[in-house]
Amino acid sequence: MGTADVEAVWRIESARIVAALTRFTGDFGLAEDAAQEAVAEALVSWRRALPANPAGWLMATARRRAIDAIRRRSALRERYALLAVDSAVGWAASSVLDEDVDPDRIDDDVLALMFVSCHPVLSPEARVALTLRVVAGLSSEEIARAFLVPVPTVQARITRAKKTIAAARVPFELPPAAERRERLGGVLSVLYVIFTEGSTATSGDRLLRPDVAYEAIRLARTLAALAPDEPEAHGLLALCELTAARFPARTGPDGSPVLLEDQDRRRWDISAIRRGLAALGRAASTRGLGPYGLQAAIAATHASAPSVEATDWDRIVVLYEALGRVAPSPVVDLNRAVAVAMASGPAPALAIVDELIAANRLPGSHLVPTVRGELLARLGRRPEARAELELAARLCANQPERSVLLRKAATLG
Amino acid sequence: MSTYMLIMRGTDESNAAMMASIDEAMATTRTFIEEMVKAGVLLAAEGLDDPARGVVVDFGGEVPVVTDGPYGETKELFGGYFLLDVASKEEAIEWARRFPAVRGSKIEVRRVAGADEVPGDGRP
Repeated sequence: MGTADVEAVWRIESARIVAALTRFTGDFGLAEDAAQEAVAEALVSWRRALPANPAGWLMATARRRAIDAIRRRSALRERYALLAVDSAVGWAASSVLDEDVDPDRIDDDVLALMFVSCHPVLSPEARVALTLRVVAGLSSEEIARAFLVPVPTVQARITRAKKTIAAARVPFELPPAAERRERLGGVLSVLYVIFTEGSTATSGDRLLRPDVAYEAIRLARTLAALAPDEPEAHGLLALCELTAARFPARTGPDGSPVLLEDQDRRRWDISAIRRGLAALGRAASTRGLGPYGLQAAIAATHASAPSVEATDWDRIVVLYEALGRVAPSPVVDLNRAVAVAMASGPAPALAIVDELIAANRLPGSHLVPTVRGELLARLGRRPEARAELELAARLCANQPERSVLLRKAATLG
Repeated sequence: MSTYMLIMRGTDESNAAMMASIDEAMATTRTFIEEMVKAGVLLAAEGLDDPARGVVVDFGGEVPVVTDGPYGETKELFGGYFLLDVASKEEAIEWARRFPAVRGSKIEVRRVAGADEVPGDGRP
């Protein structure tokens, strides 16, 4: 038995073990520590022999470590006579040891774990790290690799996050109805941040990191399965599946990005498109599509078009208009400009972009000059187009993307 | 991450044992499927009809020959599959180990090759 086998079981069990232990002990940080200790023990002891029931072994060991920690803590309390020994500690210890995980309850517990990991008291980086660690079951090393940060940084983020959760006394529960919509939005945005890190790497020398995107898709599937009545959970899943379906066509053999209009659509993943469309079908509610659902609907319009020319650009413009109403953002306006250019030509699109610039709504972004350069090129204003694309290249942090911009600028003479 | 197929391979004996308590088999399989859905790994799952109702198209001769019934003398019969999107081969194996299988049956674990690769080109 090797490390990979322990990791495999941990991938499947992590969320359930931490969730069940948090439920029993009422202490998320303690539960996470105990679970990590169990993994560390498994790495040593499974090398000799794999237990008959690896998942049960992990849960039992994690429980024992949690009880040890509770005992240590209550012993400490007695010694310093700060508090009378809490009878609840004794109760928690025995129930953790004796009771099996209640299958009906564990789903809500895993969902509660997602809400805790994505809690608004945490910094955005901490939410991502904690979600990948406890819900997805990744190690600090894997998270560090995914986000191109040093391992100690990830470890520090997780340690600090656990302290914050304890200090803020974040309850381990599903958010009350009044907060649910907003808190769910918080979970969705953490998953989406993870996905976009994999689908458009903000830094580094590779455009795509499919392994990172995979983690987000997997988490989105879990969320959609555990919260099937939340349309936006399906909307996010649809968006991720439909975007990832284009991954095989998005980079050339040398890793350079291939733009949508140049992609070989036969390389799109038809199974992923089918899964995305199915999720999109579940994403509509009586209020219509939410922000993720609308973005998924845009991706679906591309996915079902045989070519750029045959794409229903009018529909995409309408979807971007709707998206701009439910989730106003300069990036949405910029994308709407691109769609308008395809539907009605570059001139009206340029007007939208110039409005964005006038209002200084996307300062420092390479996307604005990228789009403006493209539009100017299509209008035949070559020197201006070239200057915009060169500006875009200077602002762009992704190396392959920058090369494409410079190549394009060079063709404009 | 990779896609793996868990191929269910039953024998006449294991299929008979399963049919003897089919309601229980259906219920445990459904629970297993739900677990995989909640873990975010299940892409597809199908079960095949009775092999006796199958047909074999044999390309051994000049022209394809069609015969009724299961394939040749094979003792293990392909009865269904699960398609999983997992982090590693080890995870695919772990899911296979968890299948509530009847004694005597087997599960073959195979990686699904990507559209841009030739099977067996040395990938993990």
